[in-house]
Amino acid sequence: MCLGIPGRIVEVTDAAQRRAVVDVGGVRRAISIAFIVDDAHPPESCVGDWVLVHVGFAMSRIDEDEARRTLELLEQIGEAQAEIDAMRGSAASYGTPS
Amino acid sequence: MKHVDEYRDPARAKEIAREIAQLAERIGRTPERPLLIMEVCGGHTHSIFRYGIQQLLPESVQFVHGPGCPVCVLPMGRVDDCVALAERRDVIFTTFGDAMRVPGSKKSLLKAKADGADVRMVYSPLDALQLARDNPDREVVFFGLGFETTMPSTAMTVMQAKAEGLRNFSLFCNHITIIPTVKAILDSPGMELDGFLGPGHVSMVIGQAPYEFIAHHYGRPLVVAGFEPLDVLQSVYMVLRQIAEGRSEIENQYGRIVPRDGNAQALRAIQEVFELREFFEWRGLGSIDHSGVRIRAEYADFDAERKFPIPNLKIADPKACQCGEVLKGAIRPRDCKVFGTACTPEMPLGSLMVSSEGACAAYYQYARFETRASHDTAEAGA
Ligand code: SF4
Repeated sequence: MCLGIPGRIVEVTDAAQRRAVVDVGGVRRAISIAFIVDDAHPPESCVGDWVLVHVGFAMSRIDEDEARRTLELLEQIGEAQAEIDAMRGSAASYGTPS
Repeated sequence: MKHVDEYRDPARAKEIAREIAQLAERIGRTPERPLLIMEVCGGHTHSIFRYGIQQLLPESVQFVHGPGCPVCVLPMGRVDDCVALAERRDVIFTTFGDAMRVPGSKKSLLKAKADGADVRMVYSPLDALQLARDNPDREVVFFGLGFETTMPSTAMTVMQAKAEGLRNFSLFCNHITIIPTVKAILDSPGMELDGFLGPGHVSMVIGQAPYEFIAHHYGRPLVVAGFEPLDVLQSVYMVLRQIAEGRSEIENQYGRIVPRDGNAQALRAIQEVFELREFFEWRGLGSIDHSGVRIRAEYADFDAERKFPIPNLKIADPKACQCGEVLKGAIRPRDCKVFGTACTPEMPLGSLMVSSEGACAAYYQYARFETRASHDTAEAGA
């Protein structure tokens, strides 16, 4: 919940509502990108970005190397699987392809 | 040192550890009167135990495990409030999984669910919102907890609920805020902390400026730290270097994630939906002024506290619990009378055993055998 998990934005499903789909270790789910878009980074430009996702919201852009290392850390401390399971568990309620 | 081999760069880790030892010597502290560095965030607590970082440091530098795990500081009365809400027949009670096992005075949310209450674990407050859309004849309550890391997300969810005119969604707001908490620790009698590791992801939202008073007013260094073992070591080094040079400043070791000014959009969402409470009750720490937030009047329709009667009872922690002392750094987890006996991760008595970010659970999971072993050898040798 507090550590978040890195993922990659694969699709912006609703630019006006700031909704996107993120891929986290092969699991896809809908997230909000409201906190990482502004005039310099419009929603459309987010596809392909690596982000740190906390409770369904992208909270910050990161680079690929940072994403990989963070994921490794989360795996080592046993948090990655729990986070991915939680994501998977509720992904269906969004009605997005997963 | 079995843990060091797992570090990304073991040689560098040992080098930083050596530099830390040199600085500690230069500062002139001893194992009897060690430098005390508080890691505010439970994520750091977990890393410190998982990677045996304390063992890498000289005995003259000690970590004090701070209160920065939102699940760990939930008082029993608050859990009872959740259970009371969850047991209403009209309510679907939604919560992050982390909170399910925290003991209340009668039961946990997990037990309430087993007894028939409609409690659902969600990954995101947005999932709770979706449940409200899908179940218009039920009241969906989301249990919001966490520091500034999760606060913007619940704020945005409430804004979304208002924009959609959803009438059956509400937030039971138990968000807590980091700055008054650190201030309360600094003001507590007998406080002997020499410096702080600042929480990485809270800082990603609030930035560095809110910590300035710690350096200026209290003369203590704070370094915002990442979660990898090398990050933690590097940050300890930066704290010690400040002390050695007679400086107290706010520094940022985690610049790759934490921007100087935080996240403007996230801060705006917090401002829009939440306001400070006069005081808020913490497990083990008592009431701390202005340490919690509540929902502003403009969003009253989405406030579970206004929508439903909430018992709001104060329940004292069980007598045997010493969570408060551990949270204040007065004792170590293993010194609690019930540690590992009446209180284990399987059957937690105190909430520091519930979450892997709690000092007791982290200690139980990673360090208890090590200490026993070294203790035994010491005894055998004596
Ligand atoms: S062992 Fe249990 S009761 Fe004692 S301080 Fe830790 S969590 Fe609290």
